[in-house]
Amino acid sequence: MLAARHISKAFVGVPALREVDIEVRPNEVVGLIGENGAGKSTLMRILAGTHQPDSGSLTLDGQPLRLKNANDAVHHGIGMVFQEQSLLLNLSVAENIYLGQEDEFTRFGIVNWRQMHEAARRQLAKVGIDVDVATRTSELTFAARQMVELAKALTLEETTRRQLVILLDEPTSVLARADIDVLFARVRALKSRASFVFVSHRLDEVLEISDRVYVMKDGAVVAEHEAKSVTAPELHRIMVGRGLQTEYYKEPRQKPPRPEVMVEASGLGVAGAFRNVDFRIHAGEVVGIAGVVGSGREEVTRCIAGFEPQTEGELTVAGAPARFATPGDAVKRSVGYVPRERRIEGLVMFLSIAVNITLANMASVMRGGAIDYGRERALAADWIRRLRIKAPGPDIACRKLSGGNQQKVVLARWMTAGSRILILDHPTRGLDVGAKEEVYELVRDLSEQGVAILLISDTLEETIGLSHRVLVMRDGEITARFDALPGKKPDQIDLLREMV
Amino acid sequence: MTSHSQTIKPPPAMGQPVTAATKTVRSGWLSPARLRALAPLFVLIALCILIAIANPNFLETRNLVRLANSAAVPLTIGMGMTFIILLGSIDLSVEGAVAVTAMVLVLLAANDANGNDFGWFAALAAVAASVTMGLVNGLVQTKLRIPSFMATLGVWFIGLGFSVYMLGGSAARLTDGSLRSLALARFLGLPLAVWVALGAFLVALVVQNYTRLGRHIMAIGGGEEVAELSGIKITRVRIAAFALAGLFYGVAGVLSAAQLGQANAVIGDGRLFAAVTAVVVGGTALTGGEGGVVNTLIGVLIVTVLSNGMILLGISPYVQQTVQGLMIIAAVALSLDRTHLRIVK
Repeated sequence: MLAARHISKAFVGVPALREVDIEVRPNEVVGLIGENGAGKSTLMRILAGTHQPDSGSLTLDGQPLRLKNANDAVHHGIGMVFQEQSLLLNLSVAENIYLGQEDEFTRFGIVNWRQMHEAARRQLAKVGIDVDVATRTSELTFAARQMVELAKALTLEETTRRQLVILLDEPTSVLARADIDVLFARVRALKSRASFVFVSHRLDEVLEISDRVYVMKDGAVVAEHEAKSVTAPELHRIMVGRGLQTEYYKEPRQKPPRPEVMVEASGLGVAGAFRNVDFRIHAGEVVGIAGVVGSGREEVTRCIAGFEPQTEGELTVAGAPARFATPGDAVKRSVGYVPRERRIEGLVMFLSIAVNITLANMASVMRGGAIDYGRERALAADWIRRLRIKAPGPDIACRKLSGGNQQKVVLARWMTAGSRILILDHPTRGLDVGAKEEVYELVRDLSEQGVAILLISDTLEETIGLSHRVLVMRDGEITARFDALPGKKPDQIDLLREMV
Repeated sequence: MTSHSQTIKPPPAMGQPVTAATKTVRSGWLSPARLRALAPLFVLIALCILIAIANPNFLETRNLVRLANSAAVPLTIGMGMTFIILLGSIDLSVEGAVAVTAMVLVLLAANDANGNDFGWFAALAAVAASVTMGLVNGLVQTKLRIPSFMATLGVWFIGLGFSVYMLGGSAARLTDGSLRSLALARFLGLPLAVWVALGAFLVALVVQNYTRLGRHIMAIGGGEEVAELSGIKITRVRIAAFALAGLFYGVAGVLSAAQLGQANAVIGDGRLFAAVTAVVVGGTALTGGEGGVVNTLIGVLIVTVLSNGMILLGISPYVQQTVQGLMIIAAVALSLDRTHLRIVK
């Protein structure tokens, strides 16, 4: 009934979707899987009308469909349950459910609350949760909020007589198993009335609930399977795609680390996040941490970057004990953090390349208490050349650079600050393939310089490909360690087994 | 830590072409971005030409001196306000700071209310009082984590109340001749106050462009998270910026008292609006990180020329106020690239 044909979409020149074809049939649950950045969320947003495709078309029951905004989609019976919960926490459950649809309860500009609450109660009954519709949403558990989201999408039942299409964007990521069962039961019960598109990174769940599965990779649909005829490991292999690509990750350039220990964690823990974490990173070594959301790996990197000091165990950085209360403390001890949110945490976009490069170590360009612009520009020009940053000159504002070049400016900043330990937090997120490769090249350069690197990444493939050693975390503890020597890289399936 | 000489060799052979595309960068002389940046200057020039045509007296030396004289205080205040707005914050305490400074100055220097006669030490103490108020602004904002809007709103009224209390509800006259000379004596045809204001501008220019503090203010305004992750002590910079603003308000307060020849409760009236208008009309972004003291110089001149021109043209003062109100809205409307602003609060 709902179909997308040849959909393409790019964000500031970086392709997110390439010629995507998918189809949703009546009374069907369609699973959509792929790694982070594969384009799942973008596709969902196009189906929900919040993004518009650059090219390609949508059809609904054979009729061409143009969605200018989310409201258009709603009129056509397409509702979305968002990945980041989209409820307003300062409003009541009922207000959230009918947000933007208050008209039906409004007479002469006055909202009839009794009527709205009654209607909201009917919606909640559909998803089988029992909460007072006047409750402030902030007081609900995550699971309950997810159900309210679903209830909100189901208000479409009343407004249109068509068959509904409900888009579920990673609805299970915050839910416990028991809640997932409830959700799935509701989805199955509602299949007579609606079709669903279900996005998740948990393959077993996708197979459990879906009738048909699409696999996306690098912005394209690479496979379509009946859920009955395929297994989770098979899907994973398709999802990850290419075989071992030694060349892509510059494995021949992976050299043995130097003897000196740059970072040592022993019994490290942050209350409520992770515990008993032991590892060492040598100079010139890349250590990757693999784990799903909630495994604690993000918190480990944030602890070493100075966002949150450890509450137990010891951290030794460059030979001396360390407990960082602020990122500034970490910087002082030559730890540099390359954040995932380049636009927010990585660069001051309005300011020039030169200014961004010297931000963490202005002393290097100060002379007699004043900034020496000549020296600053020369320093920046030098980095532009050495890191092959594509920019007309050091005075260009960073917002004008492509993602890959922005990432190089961040790295140049830490090199200027003399960082000997780098934390790479999803360093290639949002970059296209060519830019990724350049970042990999840089990682090898840094290793050769003796920089110790702690890496967490969007994909297992990247983690394994770049690292000397891979730690696997689950529920806040290290569950396995793998050596990843060039030519003897561990298999993703083995890691996966320890992750979930 | 300071070893920027650390080297990264380019990898031996990187044969394949780099696919990461650089977006074309328009840096031509008349690119839209440059036009936008220069717009305040064009407005100033156009305004001068229009007023000069309507009333040639505008270009008389006497009028130009008067213009410079009335720009002195707004310019000095504007320097302080620029740094705060560059931070992405706002400082509403201007009028309180000016009132306190004038009160301290007049009551400590020779005056008609008490027997003090500390001369220029009074000026020093007055500026110190204003810097202290700036420090309080910064400390309240960073340590109590209260938004600058509320923190400085409070300090504004604390300052105002304090100075009225100290003055006993009336005005005190400044009788110190050397302090009065700031307004009365001239150098190269311009009142000393104008030279002091120009000095303030130069200091601000150096602080903005050549010091760590100036750079850090820009960085925080442009992206606080980045600044923090780069090891910049946000709290310290914020407190320093508010104290610096207090310094400029203090100098402006001394100039105001010298010009008026007295301290009273309403000495600062209208200064806040004029300062914010000047900064914004000059093209400094309220979101922080873009613009600077040169913009503010032009903004101050636009505001002053406009009100001078309206006086010359005999326009009612009430209409003048209305025009200033329209101007501040128009300035924001024109300067911001609002198509990228998704949420407006």
